[in-house]
Amino acid sequence: MARSIKKGPFIEKRLYKRVIEANKSGSKPMIKTYSRCSTVIPEMVGFTFSVYNGKTWVPVYITENLVGHKLGEFSPTRLFRGHAGSDSKARKR
Amino acid sequence: MARIAGIDLPNKSVKIALTYIYGIGNTSALKICESAKIDPDTRMNDISPEEVNQLRNLIENDYKVEGRLRTETALNIKRLMDIGCYRGLRHRKGLPVRGQRTKTNSRTRKGRKKTVAGKKK
Repeated sequence: MARSIKKGPFIEKRLYKRVIEANKSGSKPMIKTYSRCSTVIPEMVGFTFSVYNGKTWVPVYITENLVGHKLGEFSPTRLFRGHAGSDSKARKR
Repeated sequence: MARIAGIDLPNKSVKIALTYIYGIGNTSALKICESAKIDPDTRMNDISPEEVNQLRNLIENDYKVEGRLRTETALNIKRLMDIGCYRGLRHRKGLPVRGQRTKTNSRTRKGRKKTVAGKKK
């Protein structure tokens, strides 16, 4: 079920604060975050977030199209290396 | 034979015939009949050309069907793939998108079974 509109989108408070402050000062630093569940809001456009995927930080550059999605959607947590024996093709990625 | 939205409708009751159009199911078919004041159980061949026209107008104005609907869906999927989000990746790989299991089943998305040698131990 979708989230109640009354509450508005969920963003971690600390992250929200940092975005607002960075917007005020005009600089757009890379923000490292664990908060994969935070929604991308219009204020974040232009930022680059480093979103943790359990192992590394994945840089996510926010464009207008990403608004409304969650940060975690852009930082995959699983890496598929292909099945044993099916070598060459799938392995590379 | 009545032709609506580029589809030839068969000689069945109106409510069934309308569902031959991509994008119109049982519910919207009944709704269309209601707003066109046509009994949903009359046969397609028994309704007058004016009534067919009425249906055509209703569908063309108020519903997104056939080509337009298909392009919209395709665009939505393309959007997901372009922004590189998880759902987009799943679409790209042809795997289930909404968190279903893939150890077994999910044959609709994955297609016919590909047998792998030595899978069973």
